[in-house]
Amino acid sequence: MLSITSILPLTVEAAAFSGDGKLLVEPNSFTIPAGGLTVLLGPNGAGKSLTLRLCHGLLTPSRGAVRWAAGAEGRAKRHAMVFQKPIMLRRSVEANITHALAAAGANGAERRARAAQALQRFGLAERASQPARLLSGGEQQRLAIARAWALRPELLFLDEPTSQLDPAATRQIEELLSGLVAEGITVMMSTHDLGQARRLADRVLFLHRGRLVEDAPSKDFFAGPHSAEARAFLAGELLW
Amino acid sequence: MTALPRRSLIAAGLFLGLTGIALAQAPAAPSGERFITVASTTSTQDSGLFNHILPLFKAKTGIEVRVISQGTGQALDTARRGDADVVFVHARAQELKFVEEGFSTERRPVMYNDFVLIGPKSDPAGVAGTKDIVAALKKVQEKASPFVSRGDKSGTHAAELNLWKVAGIDIAAQKGPWYREIGQGMGAALNTSGAMGAYVLSDRATWISFKNRGDLVISVEGDQRLFNQYGVMSVNPAKHPHVKVADGKLFADWLTSPEGQKAIADYKIDGQQLFFPNAGQAGA
Amino acid sequence: MDVGAIFQAAFALVVGLDPGFLGIVFLSLRVTLTAVLIAALIGLPLGAALALARFPGRAAIIVCLNALMGLPPVVAGLAVFLLLSRSGPLGPLGLLFTPTAMIIAQVILVLPIVIALTRQVIEDLWSEYRDHLRSVGLEGLRAIPTLLFDGRFALATALLAGFGRASAEVGAVLIVGGNIAGYTRTMTTAITLETSKGDLPLALGLGLVLLSLTLAINAIAFGASRIGARYAG
Repeated sequence: MLSITSILPLTVEAAAFSGDGKLLVEPNSFTIPAGGLTVLLGPNGAGKSLTLRLCHGLLTPSRGAVRWAAGAEGRAKRHAMVFQKPIMLRRSVEANITHALAAAGANGAERRARAAQALQRFGLAERASQPARLLSGGEQQRLAIARAWALRPELLFLDEPTSQLDPAATRQIEELLSGLVAEGITVMMSTHDLGQARRLADRVLFLHRGRLVEDAPSKDFFAGPHSAEARAFLAGELLW
Repeated sequence: MTALPRRSLIAAGLFLGLTGIALAQAPAAPSGERFITVASTTSTQDSGLFNHILPLFKAKTGIEVRVISQGTGQALDTARRGDADVVFVHARAQELKFVEEGFSTERRPVMYNDFVLIGPKSDPAGVAGTKDIVAALKKVQEKASPFVSRGDKSGTHAAELNLWKVAGIDIAAQKGPWYREIGQGMGAALNTSGAMGAYVLSDRATWISFKNRGDLVISVEGDQRLFNQYGVMSVNPAKHPHVKVADGKLFADWLTSPEGQKAIADYKIDGQQLFFPNAGQAGA
Repeated sequence: MDVGAIFQAAFALVVGLDPGFLGIVFLSLRVTLTAVLIAALIGLPLGAALALARFPGRAAIIVCLNALMGLPPVVAGLAVFLLLSRSGPLGPLGLLFTPTAMIIAQVILVLPIVIALTRQVIEDLWSEYRDHLRSVGLEGLRAIPTLLFDGRFALATALLAGFGRASAEVGAVLIVGGNIAGYTRTMTTAITLETSKGDLPLALGLGLVLLSLTLAINAIAFGASRIGARYAG
């Protein structure tokens, strides 16, 4: 992976997004360098999910730009995304992975090999031939991450990956994410769960009403936020 | 393993496709390439005459005859459009017009059967057992007894209209709610008559082979004016170059030959002869 | 009428295995299944494309398709008849009064159903899959194979609806096929013929056989899609 020119850092330059005539994401700027886990933190409706979608390219900024490092254009997409509610194709667990690999242009033998590897890595090998939609919620999210991992992304986006899971499953997913970071994959995830942010984040981007209010290393953010909004959020007050 | 659902889908698709192709290729019947299309009337078809004579013709010539059975007017129109090679119908005046228009070069008489007036047993018009069809129709009109008309430009319909005219009744002007035009074939007209206790003019052949008689019986029969002549014409290639002239002529020749005439005479239901060959008869 | 006579007629047809009767059954299945197959090959991709594409006039097309689902078979038959008649634009092909003509007419009847129901199925599936498929780079027409495959069980129902319409109709096949004995006579046109001959028990017996066939095909398709759906979740 290191032999190839990296797509990182990701540079977001005053990227704003409006829908239905309303400005939903203000022109925020930040960069995501290689390595570490960045948490997009903020109350519901702060624009976290939209920001992730802007970065991943599912949305086009109405102003500003999302840039990858020079040389990233024209090459296979090296970033992947996992959604809040796992989107499971009506196929077997394994076929969910091979399908994504096929879409990325891998040939048959490579698809099977990489899928087997991903299933092994995420403890789903025994479930390979089961229908994906009959897995439990936690297993489905695990499969969604395995599917994204099989695409060998440099940067992985996750949108509230545990918000619909029970504590045991949440814990499993969090461990997986730490493992991915240790493996060298850059992770950017959104959450509204303070505890989760404390446990996982190396860096926190705090969003409020579409505006990037704070961008700080996790330790500093939790030790003493600069903004009134972040202080209120940390204190458990209602923000909207 | 992963490929299982996909592989089975491909297999299913292939199977479907191949079945489709096989089905599309397979002939419906072991028919040879050689066939002609004959536009004919419902009476010849519904009476079962074709089922009797066509296999004989095929055995002799190897030609399969595909019959479209319609009302006489419709059958003539089918031939006018060039969608049939031969017409075999029963409405002399319309047939002669067809020849006059140049759609055929020759009309040949083949056979006749006769019409009968069918009515309910209760006989509301009081015509049962009489022989004079004109007098009977006058009574039906006077008493406004229910009467079902084919109303479909068929040979039987034409014959019925002609009989009203002979009776001195302008049916278009004098018809009331008792006169029901259904615009359908002979069988449908008989079914309708049975259901509403109405009189109806039918060809004898269809009547004999009709199975849903209920309360219907023959009210009037035996009048010379009830004769029903069938003629055969092959379509003129000058109008429609694609028609199968030679094979069409073979069929018309056979129908009017002693062999064909005998086949027609031999067709019986319950011992009753339905059609009477008269190919040689002048003026028929 | 005697109900026993109806069942007796149906029973005699089936047990007798009369070649003429078998020919009629085979032709009915052949015409209808071929029509559904062709309609599927055209309608599934078209319906899916219609579900994903956004263009001016799309709403009008959808409304028209929904209306065409109620197209009277006789009208479709008449249109094909005029087209294929020797005096019509496609007359030289000599297709009128052939099984091919019947297949064409039935494709016209089945196609709107397949397209309209496919659009509905694929649109629902797309709204569920959109984020993921776009994420892995399957957008627009490239998403169609995935959506058609994953919608296969719901789409089977759409094809069954088309099959139902085609196997039950008589108006179109009667006009363009001509009800030629042994060549274009199907179950439904045979029923029409036997009715006009006044042989109502035989007509209803034929109807009973047709109903049983349709029932069997639906049961098989339903069972297969249930088993498949359990497998795919």
